[in-house]
Amino acid sequence: MWSFFHRLASPKHFYQFAGRLIPWLGWSTLVLFIIGIYLGLFVAPTDYQQGESYRIIYIHVPAAWMSMFVYMVMAISGGIGLIWKMKMADVVASSAAPLGAAFTILALVTGSLWGKPMWGTWWIWDARLTSELILLFLYLGFIALQSAIEDRRTAANACAVLALVGVVNIPIIHYSVEWWNTLHQGATVTRFDKPAMATSMLIPLLTMFLAFKLYFGLTLLMRARVEILERERDTTWMKEMITESGK
Amino acid sequence: MTNASLFNAFLTVLKRDLTLALRTRSEIANPLIFFIIVVSLFPLAVSPESGLLRTVAPGVIWVAALLSTMLSLDSIFRSDFEDGSLEQMLLSPHPMTVLVLGKVTAHWLVSGLPLILLSPLLGVLLFLPFEAMPALLATLALGTPVLSLIGAIGVALTVGLRRGGVLLSLLVLPLYIPVLIFASNAIATAAADLSIKGQLYFLAAMFALAVTLAPLATAAALRISLR
Repeated sequence: MWSFFHRLASPKHFYQFAGRLIPWLGWSTLVLFIIGIYLGLFVAPTDYQQGESYRIIYIHVPAAWMSMFVYMVMAISGGIGLIWKMKMADVVASSAAPLGAAFTILALVTGSLWGKPMWGTWWIWDARLTSELILLFLYLGFIALQSAIEDRRTAANACAVLALVGVVNIPIIHYSVEWWNTLHQGATVTRFDKPAMATSMLIPLLTMFLAFKLYFGLTLLMRARVEILERERDTTWMKEMITESGK
Repeated sequence: MTNASLFNAFLTVLKRDLTLALRTRSEIANPLIFFIIVVSLFPLAVSPESGLLRTVAPGVIWVAALLSTMLSLDSIFRSDFEDGSLEQMLLSPHPMTVLVLGKVTAHWLVSGLPLILLSPLLGVLLFLPFEAMPALLATLALGTPVLSLIGAIGVALTVGLRRGGVLLSLLVLPLYIPVLIFASNAIATAAADLSIKGQLYFLAAMFALAVTLAPLATAAALRISLR
């Protein structure tokens, strides 16, 4: 078990392992997306209050969840890279950042598209929207710092410190914004008792959530492979692999 | 390492930085002038009408304080980085967190404290009611140290870069948001003659958190930047 993880820490094994995993992930992501979208758009019943326009939650809610999940992935792998000096943890953290930013933008855009028919306005300075916007700023700061430092190892470590500082701050920012102003509807799924949502609406949502997760895993592995190719271009295993594939 | 020698190290850094700052007085004065100019731009841009200015005053003063702190942040580590004394500090037997705390305290004394002293004047300029003045002073007194402490992390991360200025604001400003929210809210609440205990407790909690955790992050960031 542990030897598997140790081998994964070497770029060569990670590269090959990710290469084998990507097709599986890709197909299951595609299948889940098709099932989730079909269930969400055609099978799930129309909401009696919000009409058909509520269906955007099948994109919006998973994207919003992922935006926070990816930040945690980034911070944890950054911390691992900082403490145990694992190369692959740095690669994962730096590959995750643009994906997280993209999920955040997706959540913001779909939220504002949904806000227009619901609240009658594209943008409201409401607590969750605002903390999502601040999360986007945190991602952008991370990406900016990463691209500003030339040395890869220094960049990865500096970004890891920034991500960890961000993790301490995210709950503070979230709650301060929450108390500052609130209009967004409360959480409907994460309650521990019975969800406030009908099962027929919940199943497509969870399917979409799983699809988003797998999609993140897929793109993360793809980006990490590209990053490995760039970082390790002068190593012998890389040269051997390239000459072999050229034969 | 005894406690006394830790405190001595702290005091030595503090004294050194204060002496250096007082020898280049324009560097202290410029962010303050910037603070005054930014605040005085708002009546010109928005409207000189007293009712409107009174409602936006807490926010305007706090945003201006945030921006002027941003401007002065670079001076915490920049010149020490350039002449190599920062490296010497990292090599010294004293823990870097204590030295960082000394440097940040010095920065707050030359940038945060004058800001607090100037703020009632700006409050008058923006027709802030008299009842809100103690709240303004209290929030600035609790909030500006947090700004210096969090800002030091950002400076430590960007000090090795040639053009760190804009990047620094990108990194640090989102982290300033909680302070901004509670502080300006406290002043507005005080202007409406309500109790602001809750907001002040929150600012104090953030201060306690920042003073314990930020020097650790700053020291780690300096080690990375100076590698």
